[in-house]
Amino acid sequence: MSGAVVEFRGVSKRFPGVEAVVDVSLAVQAGEVHAVAGENGAGKSTLMNLLAQRERPSEGEILVAGERVDFHGPRHAQRLGVAMVHQELALFPHLSVADNLSLGREPGPVRLRRRTELREARALLAQVGLAVSPHALVSALSVADQQLLELAKALAVDAKVVIMDEPTASLSSSEIGVLFDVVERLRADGIAVLYVTHRLEEIFRLADRVTVMRDGRLVQTLATSSIDEDKLVSLMVGRELANLYAKPNVEAGPVVLSVRNLTRRGVPHNCSFDVRAGEIVGLAGIIGAGRSELARAVFGAEPADEGVIEVDGRAISPRSPRDAMRAGVMYVTEDRKRDGLLLNRSVAENITLARVPGTRGMLNRRREVEIARGRVEALRIRTPSTDRLLRLLSGGSQQKVLVARGLETDARVMMFDEPARGIDIGAKAEVFALIARLAEQGKAILMISSYLPELLNMCDRILVMKDGRIVGELERDAFSEVRIGAMATSERLAS
Amino acid sequence: MNAIVRGHATAALSQLAAAGAVIVLAVVLTFAAPAFLTSTNLFNIGVQTSITAAMAIGLTFVIITAGIDLSVAASAGLAGIVGAKLIAGAGAPAAIGILGGVGIGGVVGLGNGLLVAWAGLAPFIATLGMMIVAQGGVLLVSNALPIPLPNSFDWLGAGSFEGLPVPALFVVGLAIAAHLLLTRAKVGRYFYALGSSPEAARLSGISARRYLPLAYVLCGLLAGFAGMLSTSQTVSGQPNYDPNLALDAIAAAVIGGASLFGGEGTIFGALLGALLIGVVDNGAVLLNVNPYWQDVILGALIWLAVLFDQARRRRLAAVG
Repeated sequence: MSGAVVEFRGVSKRFPGVEAVVDVSLAVQAGEVHAVAGENGAGKSTLMNLLAQRERPSEGEILVAGERVDFHGPRHAQRLGVAMVHQELALFPHLSVADNLSLGREPGPVRLRRRTELREARALLAQVGLAVSPHALVSALSVADQQLLELAKALAVDAKVVIMDEPTASLSSSEIGVLFDVVERLRADGIAVLYVTHRLEEIFRLADRVTVMRDGRLVQTLATSSIDEDKLVSLMVGRELANLYAKPNVEAGPVVLSVRNLTRRGVPHNCSFDVRAGEIVGLAGIIGAGRSELARAVFGAEPADEGVIEVDGRAISPRSPRDAMRAGVMYVTEDRKRDGLLLNRSVAENITLARVPGTRGMLNRRREVEIARGRVEALRIRTPSTDRLLRLLSGGSQQKVLVARGLETDARVMMFDEPARGIDIGAKAEVFALIARLAEQGKAILMISSYLPELLNMCDRILVMKDGRIVGELERDAFSEVRIGAMATSERLAS
Repeated sequence: MNAIVRGHATAALSQLAAAGAVIVLAVVLTFAAPAFLTSTNLFNIGVQTSITAAMAIGLTFVIITAGIDLSVAASAGLAGIVGAKLIAGAGAPAAIGILGGVGIGGVVGLGNGLLVAWAGLAPFIATLGMMIVAQGGVLLVSNALPIPLPNSFDWLGAGSFEGLPVPALFVVGLAIAAHLLLTRAKVGRYFYALGSSPEAARLSGISARRYLPLAYVLCGLLAGFAGMLSTSQTVSGQPNYDPNLALDAIAAAVIGGASLFGGEGTIFGALLGALLIGVVDNGAVLLNVNPYWQDVILGALIWLAVLFDQARRRRLAAVG
């Protein structure tokens, strides 16, 4: 096919015991935004890694601009004009923005040419609409800005094709807007964009065509104008998915969690809210609004300086998670890799960690395995055994293990921070069904999500936070994406 | 074996390698050095390995929590001198002297634990400081002079019980207790959790301030015991001890599969590591290898153990 910037011809990639990519043939045109969709483990990222020469294909060939490419590593791919924006940020936090942009392609043989570097850095920053000083340290940048910087870095190589792997995973809606503008500009410049994402609406908003992958195979490549969301989901999952969000219909009971004037230096500031038994309350807001901080203050992870927390009418003042857990409050963290899981320990250990079974300091291992087996079965955690090391599980299964640990505490108040982050649609539906079941059991549930549809579908009430304060509250019948967005970003808005 | 097949018990394969190395070495030495497979020599290996092994058991607790204790040799030295002073100076019975020495080790460990868990010092720094403090303590207590002990005191470190070396019997007993603590008690689970991800542990209600000091205290107690073994073997409190002992003990734990990044390690592995080091030393002596080469061999052994471990990890990761 002429005009194809990138062409995969019968490409396969095998890892020991796993066929990650199987016989994929695909051509991507210049000036095309080509979405790659599929569940976790479908082979999307592996396929992209093959193009970026981070992995060597087991079979088949890859053509860039019509030329057959031999494997020489990522540097070579960059020289051919293949730029990859990494899913996990690959920046140097202790170096400046400009240093990060020029690293590995410094102009000149020996001497650093600061002025040239700075000029180029400014141009690149402007291109992605990132308003930071090139002298700023990367560690001082927000995650969203780092994401944009990563994109700028990719553009620096004079790209013909840009690979974006889940670029919006950690961006707020306004930042996503900036990113979309950048993608549009790339398209207008005749650059091909390979856009890997879970988020369906982004595919329909941005992509000209979408390739769906499942179990390493290419299922179908379609024009986005020719399909709808339901069709796309069923292609991804391989079956019809009844309902992603299983909102329970529960009559709210008495107030379980009551928070008054909770304040911690920095954030949160003077936050008051109630959660009733059987109620799911959402916390909306942009990244940095202080939603996690509020939940973590209630959990005692970063204890509040002032304010009152009551559980079932009894005041508690948790100075540590341990205190909060004793009072019946549990928090399921948003960052499972950083502060959630013991990756080099077993599934069973991870599930029971917050409540190790046994008496008088002794460990009851038989009971532990029983508990773990029960949870693995109930949550459909995909693992050959409860002894398996956690890092060998898929992201979705890991997330479910984290949720299982929270459930195991049997807390009255459950706080879920981004419970569906980075997991595929099937696992998502299961996690939400689980949260729904907890509500039916009369738990008080607080749920944080940056992805509004999750809150709109699952919650009875949504609290909107901005700058560490609760700036608005909406009942279910008044939910609207527009109003929440306005509250989360506007300068002043009464509750 | 079953555990390995399931990709569980991460240390299992490194232990297998260490055990294999010990066996291969033993077989080679049996043929190369006639003196190797004699009851006297095996007895000696037991005696010599005990000190490293006792320290390595204690260090395993600390290493599992992603910590390190550089002060074990110095606190062993301090324990030995204090124990000797109790017996020779204050006329205490041997048992009290031994308990006193072990207790001093525990106090040093507690200091380490508080510096790490409460004052927030990095384990390397906290225990480096403690090592130097304890060195000073040794000299202060002893005035840089050895404290001689009655000859009968050599029973603990070099005695024989039913033909088996007494120190080795003690060490095996301690190892069993330590193993049970790690695998059957909740504390053991908390050590692994704290070393694997301190934040995850904290958010699961496991307090580092509560449990980390315990790991260092256990390490200190065992270092103190190692010091008493050494005191017994020399039948005197010595103001100068071998600072390399700490590194040997760390090496033993690492060869046995403990990860310096925390969250991994077993007592059995530490024992095997100590045994491997002991057999290498012993073999080198029997084969008349230049003692300087012994260090070179030990260093290479550590590389091999860790390289092997990394290869195993990669394989594991690829299978997932």
